[in-house]
Amino acid sequence: MAGFKYILKRMAWSIFVLFGLSILIFCIARVIPGDTATMALGSTASEHAKELYREQNHLNEPLPVQYFYWIGDAVRGNFGNSTQTKRPVATDIKEFLPATLELIAFAAILEIIGGIGLGVLTARKPGGLLDNSVRVTSYLGIATPSFVWGILFMLIFCHWTHLLPTIGRLSSNIVPPKNITGLYVIDGILTGNTAAAWDAFKHIIMPGTALALTGIAQSARMTRASMLDNMDKDYVSAEIAAGIPMRRVMWVYVLRPSAIPAVSMIALDIAAMLGNAFMVEQVFSYPGVSKYCLNAILNKDLNAVVGVVLVIGVSFLLVNIMVDIISAFLDPRIRLQGGTI
Amino acid sequence: MSKKNEKTANTSVASRSAVRWDNIKRNWYMFSRNKISVVGFVAVILIILVAIFQQYIAPYPEHSSAYTNFSAAKLSPNSQYWLGTDASGRDVLSRIIFSFRGALIMGVGVIMVAAPVGVIMGLLAGYYKGRIVSTIIMRVVDIFLSLPSLVLALAISAIFTPTLFHSMMAITVSWWAWYARLVYGAASSIRNEYYIQSAELIGASRKHIIFREILPNCWFTILTKMTLDMGIVILMGASLSFVGLGAQPPKPDLGTMISDGYKLLPDAWWLTIFPAAAIMLIVLSFNLLGDGIADMLNAKEV
Repeated sequence: MAGFKYILKRMAWSIFVLFGLSILIFCIARVIPGDTATMALGSTASEHAKELYREQNHLNEPLPVQYFYWIGDAVRGNFGNSTQTKRPVATDIKEFLPATLELIAFAAILEIIGGIGLGVLTARKPGGLLDNSVRVTSYLGIATPSFVWGILFMLIFCHWTHLLPTIGRLSSNIVPPKNITGLYVIDGILTGNTAAAWDAFKHIIMPGTALALTGIAQSARMTRASMLDNMDKDYVSAEIAAGIPMRRVMWVYVLRPSAIPAVSMIALDIAAMLGNAFMVEQVFSYPGVSKYCLNAILNKDLNAVVGVVLVIGVSFLLVNIMVDIISAFLDPRIRLQGGTI
Repeated sequence: MSKKNEKTANTSVASRSAVRWDNIKRNWYMFSRNKISVVGFVAVILIILVAIFQQYIAPYPEHSSAYTNFSAAKLSPNSQYWLGTDASGRDVLSRIIFSFRGALIMGVGVIMVAAPVGVIMGLLAGYYKGRIVSTIIMRVVDIFLSLPSLVLALAISAIFTPTLFHSMMAITVSWWAWYARLVYGAASSIRNEYYIQSAELIGASRKHIIFREILPNCWFTILTKMTLDMGIVILMGASLSFVGLGAQPPKPDLGTMISDGYKLLPDAWWLTIFPAAAIMLIVLSFNLLGDGIADMLNAKEV
């Protein structure tokens, strides 16, 4: 019961933050850049057309009133039209978002499994070959932007060895699977179109790994550190003395409390992926929402920028809520005491 | 700690400077126990020197601007051009050397603005914890942190013309909140210490308490974060200029060089690999130095 209350409290708080974020984004989009009508119609538009545009979009009202018109539309999923694609921004987002979600989901799964798995393995043999290579990767990883990893992978796996396809989401000779979730790999499996699923999967291996690499090394090191801390505890000696197999002790009893710091780090890292995806999607010409937003930024298409940034803000909050729930599940103390927000 | 002893003992100038020298020697001893930190320290000094004396170190200083020499375009690394030449025949090594200054300005500039703003906000919020001022500040901080910093910086740069200065501004706006949150945590716990209560009792002003009692005790935390942030900020700057939102050509910039270079892969690999290695080198050096300083400041007495 306490856990349920905690989650409710957390969600109420997130809605407040989201409200604040929308004000921040509104300010970025409306207050600073000058005349919105000129931005939307171009400097060659006639004064009459601009006045009409202002009238239609309530731009003559005071700013707070404008905000309420704007947020009312945004809540209903109406972010206005993109000046680039001449379509509603919401339609564009709906088209491009699944690609990015697929990429980030792959990277996140990779990071959770790889990070925690490597963490346990390196904790079993501190100072071993695996341990040292994880340490070096983590040092290099923090110092290297993920788009550089992307470029390196591209050089190695496409240009030199031709193992993986270079750009895009699907090879040009493959028809996209029927749209159910929008995630090509899942759709391909659901519709039995394994060729498409496999091809789509091959396309996300490199960008996904480029996004996850640094995080894998860092979360592995973090898991390792807290595993080593916890392995000195008395309960572990008791379990070993009681004859519980070492593998079970490590993967179940030591891992559970040790995973908490790694889980919150991974959450922060997934947030960072949402940012790094901008560069990585650019490198691989991956048709995701980040690449769409990047083009919008470069072309000053503010409606599109605002829409995508709001969507990213919402996903970030959802990830954070999920992490809180997972941590509460892993650590009963957070669950029972209600935690702090 | 030694500062307080110094004051109460009413020491002479000579012994005071001796104490200070002692402090430096002890800190250096603790710092240099980890050899890797010393490597980072030396590397950072070298990078700063290269950035200052770029004119004299670069083999072809004139290649740092819009120079073209198409007869020498896209040469692979050779004895004349150690790291090869780019598509318009400019020496890659010279351009990398000239880009160091921009990277350092990016890191220092962002931190020098973001840290003081964030620290003051955090101190105020920590001191007035439980009051409306604190609530407002920390709620605003939460909102700024509700987007990944890079996304916020990208969104802000959307409204400016892309220049190095504007990308610095965009990163600063998305960065100060981290300092505010960090200092708030430290300040709000220090605020309940007995010495703060005593200072209040004897009638010390709020300004005195915030800046002379609380701030010095947060100083280590802030300094550690500042050194570790250098690398992260330089990386963010490189990411922004990689997508064309940073320094504009012909100004040499590592991110821009990579984004120009990777389109020519796999042939002209030196146009991508060397600038990427340069970013890695700068950031790694600052990270090693930062780790060393963090260890030094957090070390227990030896």
